[in-house]
Amino acid sequence: MSEKVLMKGNEAVAEAAIQAGCRYFFGYPITPQNEIPEYMAKRMPKVNGVYLQAESEVAAINMVYGAAGAGARVMTSSSSPGISLKQEGISYLVGSDLPCVIVNMVRGGPGLGGIQPAQSDYFQAVKGGAHGDYYLVVLAPSSVQEAVDLTMEAFDIADMYRTPVIILGDGMLGQMMEPVQFHQYKGRNLPAKDWATTGTNNSRKRNIINSLFIDPQELENLNIERFNRYKQIQEKEVKFESVNCEDADVVLVAYGTTARVAKSAMSRARAEGLKVGLIRPITLWPFPVQVFQQVARTAKAFLAVEMSMGQMVEDVRLAVNGLKPVYFYGRTGGMVLTPMAIVEEIKKISGGEKND
Amino acid sequence: MNCTHEIVMAGFGGQGIMFAGKLVSYAGMLAGKEISWLPSYGPEMRGGTANCHVIVSDEQIGSPIITNPTALIAMNRPSLDKFEDTVVPGGLILTDSSLINRSVKRKDVVAIEIPATQHAIDLGEGKLANMVLVGRLIRETGIVSLDILKEALKKIVPARKQELLEMNIKMIELGYNG
Repeated sequence: MSEKVLMKGNEAVAEAAIQAGCRYFFGYPITPQNEIPEYMAKRMPKVNGVYLQAESEVAAINMVYGAAGAGARVMTSSSSPGISLKQEGISYLVGSDLPCVIVNMVRGGPGLGGIQPAQSDYFQAVKGGAHGDYYLVVLAPSSVQEAVDLTMEAFDIADMYRTPVIILGDGMLGQMMEPVQFHQYKGRNLPAKDWATTGTNNSRKRNIINSLFIDPQELENLNIERFNRYKQIQEKEVKFESVNCEDADVVLVAYGTTARVAKSAMSRARAEGLKVGLIRPITLWPFPVQVFQQVARTAKAFLAVEMSMGQMVEDVRLAVNGLKPVYFYGRTGGMVLTPMAIVEEIKKISGGEKND
Repeated sequence: MNCTHEIVMAGFGGQGIMFAGKLVSYAGMLAGKEISWLPSYGPEMRGGTANCHVIVSDEQIGSPIITNPTALIAMNRPSLDKFEDTVVPGGLILTDSSLINRSVKRKDVVAIEIPATQHAIDLGEGKLANMVLVGRLIRETGIVSLDILKEALKKIVPARKQELLEMNIKMIELGYNG
């Protein structure tokens, strides 16, 4: 087992990508994720990789398109406003079935917003921030170690299903330091990238990377084929953590760093005799629907907590499907939640003062 | 028994607040504890106030944000003004009295006012007042031993600054024994 090192979330994500075989990084600076490009600038030349600071986010995502089309493992990172700029490119990557990893260390919005942590890009990441029929696999780490593990796996998921994968963190995860261990990257058994434009050597038919299909029947067929892959992802790639749900009256639902605050709140509430549990979706898409169906049988209510005005709560409502009330509590604009405030919300629900 | 130390360190940018936090975090990690380090980030870091939240615990750490610290290191007046009231009753407040022109008002905490910057200047490097305070912090709280703190220091002082290592250790010892 490797030695424990103390790293910022941003640095850890960058190192994990390199250890997973990422050799191309294209980005443009923005707080609070700058340690990712900074780290890549230092490390990439040492592993014969390419680090390039593009002239804009739009340029960076299109460089990702090029590298992915050539079959390389490639990553870009940004924060909220920068990710908005990348949306056209993301849709093209999806339309061309290109694997890549995109990191969003979310900050407060909308607009230029602020630079403090937020979770207000959930809709953009999970519901399709760009045009067209598509989903992205969205992974939401809640610790620096998990950011390492999920970043490594993200490249495999991307290659396996030929899809962009989003690592959805926030400014807090990017900036905080925790001990991490880098386990030997094993990787999955992946199909060969026989679709990549690697040069034919006059020995095979040429490959074409393209997202323009004028014939509607052809485009429909391709979209249906892609959704068949999405179905496999929904069946095989769901990840979540559930804690203390067996006897819980109120089940907290939170992802990313907010889930840590929720865990602290759960401990405090339990110490006061309140039966509280937690469901932490790790994949935001595919959303862990089944666990909600199961827990809804015994729980009395759900409380979604987010650093937003309420986005994931909609998926919680869809998953609970009316079986039990679903409440929401959040802070936004870069304000973070405190365990005490969550405990207060739990008490309001238990006392019947809060409406869903 | 409280096995979780929640420390807020605060001061001006440039006083080594972030480094002091990293040092305690690293030492906590070497001591086999769970740790988290969370900096304030953004424009306030340039010349303004900077702070970091360090948690050292025997248990898994939930929120890395500290609302009510068990210990506060305040290296300037705005930091003391901002965080004094947040410290838990019975907690510790360490201030650099060379730079703060008032005393700690709270009567329900352990308040220790050290002229850390003056001590550091007397020893030859005023910029290492942060180490004087960290030395005192670990004596008062027992978060880690002095030996582990020194070991951590050796690991995190960058190679190009090795000549500062001895000086840093001197400052820590001054704080610890002072």
